[in-house]
Amino acid sequence: MEYFLQQVINGLQIGFVYALIALGYTMVYGIVRLINFAHGDVFMIGAFIGLYAVERYQWPLTAVFVSAVVGCTILAVLIEQLAYRPLRHAPKIASLITAIGVSLFLEYFTSLRQVFGPNFYSFPRPFAVVSWNWHGILVTNIQAVIFFVTVFCLLLLQFIVFRTKMGRAMRAVSFDYVTAGLMGVNVNMVISFTFGLGAALAGVGGVLYGIAYPQVNTFMGFMPGLKAFTAAVLGGIGNIPGAVLGALIMGQSETMVSAYVSSAYRDGIAFVILILVLLWKPTGILGTPRTEKV
Amino acid sequence: MMLEIRGLTKHFGGIRAVDGVDLHLGEGELVGLIGPNGSGKTTVFNLVTGIYRADAGSVTLKGENLVGLPPHRINRLGVARTFQNIRLFRNLTVMDNVRIAHHSHLGYGPVAALCRTGRFYNGEKELNGIVEVFLSIFSLQNRKNDIAGSLSYGDQRKLEIARALASKPEVLLLDEPAAGMNPYEVGRLMEFILAIRDRFRISILLIEHQMRLVMGICERLAVMDFGQVIARGLPSEIRENRKVIEAYLGEDVAIE
Amino acid sequence: MRLLRNLIKTFVAYAFLAGSISLLAGGGVVNPYWVQILELACIVAISAQGLNIIYGHTGLFSLGHAAFYGIGAYTAAYLMKMYGGQSQAAFLAALLAGGGAAAAVACLIGLPTLRLTSDYLGIATLGFGIIMKVVFDSADRFLPELGGARGMTGIAKMTTVPWVVFFLLASLLVVRNMIHSSYGRAILSIREDEIAAETMGIDTFQYKMVGFVTGCTFAGVAGGLYAHLYAFLHPSNFDFFKSIDILVIVVLGGLGNMSGTLVASFGWIFLLEGLRVVLPPGYVELRWVLIPVLLIVTMLLRPQGIFGTREFPFLRGKVYR
Ligand SMILES: Nc1ncnc2c1ncn2[C@@H]1O[C@H](COP(=O)(O)OP(=O)(O)OP(=O)(O)O)[C@@H](O)[C@H]1O
Ligand SMILES: [Mg+2]
Repeated sequence: MEYFLQQVINGLQIGFVYALIALGYTMVYGIVRLINFAHGDVFMIGAFIGLYAVERYQWPLTAVFVSAVVGCTILAVLIEQLAYRPLRHAPKIASLITAIGVSLFLEYFTSLRQVFGPNFYSFPRPFAVVSWNWHGILVTNIQAVIFFVTVFCLLLLQFIVFRTKMGRAMRAVSFDYVTAGLMGVNVNMVISFTFGLGAALAGVGGVLYGIAYPQVNTFMGFMPGLKAFTAAVLGGIGNIPGAVLGALIMGQSETMVSAYVSSAYRDGIAFVILILVLLWKPTGILGTPRTEKV
Repeated sequence: MMLEIRGLTKHFGGIRAVDGVDLHLGEGELVGLIGPNGSGKTTVFNLVTGIYRADAGSVTLKGENLVGLPPHRINRLGVARTFQNIRLFRNLTVMDNVRIAHHSHLGYGPVAALCRTGRFYNGEKELNGIVEVFLSIFSLQNRKNDIAGSLSYGDQRKLEIARALASKPEVLLLDEPAAGMNPYEVGRLMEFILAIRDRFRISILLIEHQMRLVMGICERLAVMDFGQVIARGLPSEIRENRKVIEAYLGEDVAIE
Repeated sequence: MRLLRNLIKTFVAYAFLAGSISLLAGGGVVNPYWVQILELACIVAISAQGLNIIYGHTGLFSLGHAAFYGIGAYTAAYLMKMYGGQSQAAFLAALLAGGGAAAAVACLIGLPTLRLTSDYLGIATLGFGIIMKVVFDSADRFLPELGGARGMTGIAKMTTVPWVVFFLLASLLVVRNMIHSSYGRAILSIREDEIAAETMGIDTFQYKMVGFVTGCTFAGVAGGLYAHLYAFLHPSNFDFFKSIDILVIVVLGGLGNMSGTLVASFGWIFLLEGLRVVLPPGYVELRWVLIPVLLIVTMLLRPQGIFGTREFPFLRGKVYR
């Protein structure tokens, strides 16, 4: 029982990180219908910014998060304007291939020795690790940080999307961007903002990941990115609570498979669940089914 | 009776798009289905052709049940249609659009196609003849190698009818065939519709807003409003029908 | 009569292609390294024609093509290793079995997933690709010969120029004859407008299966050829990036364009290998910095692919009178 609960805690830890990444995928897809393959690499950049801020400059924790958020936001807005915006009216596959191109570029360019380098780098702990033992279940202050930071981000996001003018514009654009444009919403601005907002969350996720699994590498964004996207689809893409739900399911399932079956199957289980869910509900758990109007 | 619809019902969420509709279409008949926007006409077509599944009611073609069958089966049993918002195979040629519709009556098998045996060549030649027949009815034969999406709006509507005919239907459902056409084109279209009805001995059910066309060629009319048939009869009777005038113009105007 | 004439034409084309390349290679005009690259390009072209059927013609978004390539590769390699020895007939049988295995799995996967639409199908096939990678990685648990994450060794080097040219030509003929027939047009109509196709009497689900399974079969056969080219298989040869490679080829060539897919396959492989030779030693990692840039620029300039809709004369459709 303790073992099981311990695994639940571990699953929550990775699930929260996936949630932070998944939100960016789901918001961007909701608005421009693009699988932004480069998003996982923005997460990686966030982790590296965190690494430099902690190791080289020894900034306080808040400054570490802020620097990753700012860096990732700027990067994502640049990517959107340079690579995706010119293709907005081209066939969808052209943007997808471009996104893959951007992803490969970020991974390989940063792995050059002159940039971050090709190796695994250990991420120093920015604070002393404390752990509490509660009836045989170990909880660390790292997990507490992940929990509080993620919840804070989610509340902030909820506020932005449902309580601000920009949030209302985002919802309008995602519902129907042509009409939103006609109604005077600055669609380009909203799209850039969405990319930036998603990237900011990924940046936070990158730093948290670095703290929790203290090793970073320029290819580290690929699998978490893929799984986070899968989580977003699982929960119903375009749906914010769905992304969080999907990410938590994903975190639990892979932790449980590692713990009780074999860690060799860890990367597979997420996708088995995804395929089963899609067969049952083709638009994800919280997704709304759409009938095409003929 | 060719096509018989009884108690047909379809709800979308709270909207009763089609609410207990009865309609029938005799052999060789040309019947018009009219009604204000959103009254459920297109939904009736979508239910008959199997694109949506009816919540209740029955649809039979020469006594055979159609409800629950997939659209391709319904087509093979003899129902073809056009779409209100044109749905051609836009990136394929005019000729391919027609040939695809004839696929269920193809004269060669997949092995003949892969090995290019004599049967394949003969079958393709036969298809060309069919293409020629259907395109020439609508004077589209010299556009046959053009990409369907490049045709004018009026030509695209005609191509949709040609494509529907190439699937050899007994019942043809036309959804606003004259939308977007100029008065001259509408006049030609009326002749085309009468001509194909007589030539292929098919029954036609036609949705249309242009009264000149409906009143000019339909033998009977049914009028829908809020998902229900509110009147039926000869064009001359419908013209005078008080309920119909109300539905179209709103009560205030009708009372005057 | 026409069948005979077509057979003779095909045979002459085959003999000429296979013969001249073999002669050039045997005579030492082309060095063995480049011959191997050429063979690889032909194999990739077969697999790419397969994805072109699936995505370019049928319009099914698949991100898991490499999984079928891998299924073909491991099946053929295993059968050859266990029962085939060095026999050419056994090799042919193993390749066909590889294609058959890929086809069988494609049927199983296609039955439930082909009802999904566009991006959801893409994600489901992507998921399947990752699952298969996990299976290949731990394959040694149930069949030790497959080697699992350590890679599979002891495969005979059976793949030669005549074999790859034969299968490339065969795959081109199959696609061409299929697409320029009523069956192929039925497949194209699904890509164009699934609902219109259904109402015109096309059983779209059946033809989606035909397109998907045919395309995966091509990948399976290509996988078998690949296994016997380098005599070594590793799960990383069949990961997500390999699926993306093929997708990039098909998109660069112009979706649904057979000639474009063919040229892009050769272009892509020779670009990858050419850069390896051109770049000074120590800078080979720059390949993957330059290629994405090239990819992005190409997409920005020609989002419809390099070839658009033009085909080589022998791949064009004709109107028979
Ligand atoms: N797929 C759908 N989902 C939800 N509502 C639908 C759907 N299809 C039709 N409706 C609704 O059903 C009602 C009837 O629509 P329908 O298209 O059948 O009307 P119509 O008589 O063809 O109108 P028009 O003359 O404008 O073409 C409308 O209120 C429409 O919004
Ligand atoms: Mg309508």
